[in-house]
Amino acid sequence: MIAESQGFAGYLRRDLLLAYRRRGEVASPLIFFVLVSTLIPLGISPDSARLAELAPGIIWVMALLATLLSTETLFASDYQDGSLEQLLISPQLLALPVLGKILAHWLVTGLPLTLVSPLIGLMLSLPAAGLLPMMASLALGTACLSLIGAVGAALTVSLRKGGLLLSVLVIPLYMPVIIFGSAAVQSAIDGLNWLGPLAVLAAMLSAAVALCPLAIAGALRLVSNN
Amino acid sequence: MQLEGANGAGKTTLMRLMTSALQPTSGKVLYLGRPVQDCRYEYLDNILYIGHQSGVKMTLSAEENLRWMSPASTSAAEIALALDAVGLRGYTDVPCYSLSAGQHRRVALARLSTSKAAIWYLDEPFTSIDKQGVLNLQHQLEAHLQRGGAVVLSTHQNLPIDGLRTYVVEPHSDIGLPL
Repeated sequence: MIAESQGFAGYLRRDLLLAYRRRGEVASPLIFFVLVSTLIPLGISPDSARLAELAPGIIWVMALLATLLSTETLFASDYQDGSLEQLLISPQLLALPVLGKILAHWLVTGLPLTLVSPLIGLMLSLPAAGLLPMMASLALGTACLSLIGAVGAALTVSLRKGGLLLSVLVIPLYMPVIIFGSAAVQSAIDGLNWLGPLAVLAAMLSAAVALCPLAIAGALRLVSNN
Repeated sequence: MQLEGANGAGKTTLMRLMTSALQPTSGKVLYLGRPVQDCRYEYLDNILYIGHQSGVKMTLSAEENLRWMSPASTSAAEIALALDAVGLRGYTDVPCYSLSAGQHRRVALARLSTSKAAIWYLDEPFTSIDKQGVLNLQHQLEAHLQRGGAVVLSTHQNLPIDGLRTYVVEPHSDIGLPL
């Protein structure tokens, strides 16, 4: 039996509704991002020249950690209440509902992070030339992080305390994203062409959109078989 | 068909195998004489599985849950009727976390009214359901059988339903289930 609404759009809508119902929980990565970023000037130095030098890297690392925080929950509740099993025995391609869930995840984590990042940029004295590239690179980059993180979340969904294993699994895969993400911001600050690193990020995102849902579908089937 | 067997005998595992949630390590599941892998869409489109974890989302209301789990063509009136039938009138717009365990199960069982599937797989459907609920479910199962549907359920209760055959699941037994 299948509900025809349960495709890409159906899962996108449902996960957004679920996120809205527990918005306090969903907002915590964003609060984490803002709070930890305010610690940096306190811990290093309020000197704007030194902060400006570190800002691109720090903002990117914070965004990565904030995304990682929320990734674990991506499939956890569906696994616990049995919806995941219902999804697995529904007569449709698994990749599309999965992609819908990931888009919903990005809309409630990556997108808000991108939108508040100029604020953090100002706080860390990021030069104005870096603001737009930072937002662009975060928008593309956090989408990559959501997709890659979802593969790890699918693999570790059946584990009680999968959080640490998840980090160990996905952080190596996050490396290219953070390299090109912060490179885009740094290039813009140095007055170089920042569209190059951004294009690489866009290419990574395209590859991830095409490949990650397949890997996730495989991982979910594997996990349910145990 | 009723599956019986001691705790841990493999009733749930058997049912998950039949619904293709689990892949068998040996042997195969046939649907109308064909392996289910070959007619996956057709088969899965025609089954309804309610397991131990019923797929009910705690933050959604009973109505939203049922709407999500029902075919897209189901009208709002049909949803309301199905929730009435399982005795959830008045609870339809309350978030499910404030309902009891029995009521969660009733939300899941309301799917039986909206589903158009011919084969029902029900794993311990009577868990935490009260006496009246058990009777209602029995009537629903009988009606489904009379319509020509098939029911596979696991339960420890004795059900007075005509035509219900019992299979005892034992570990390491080779059973061929005629479906």
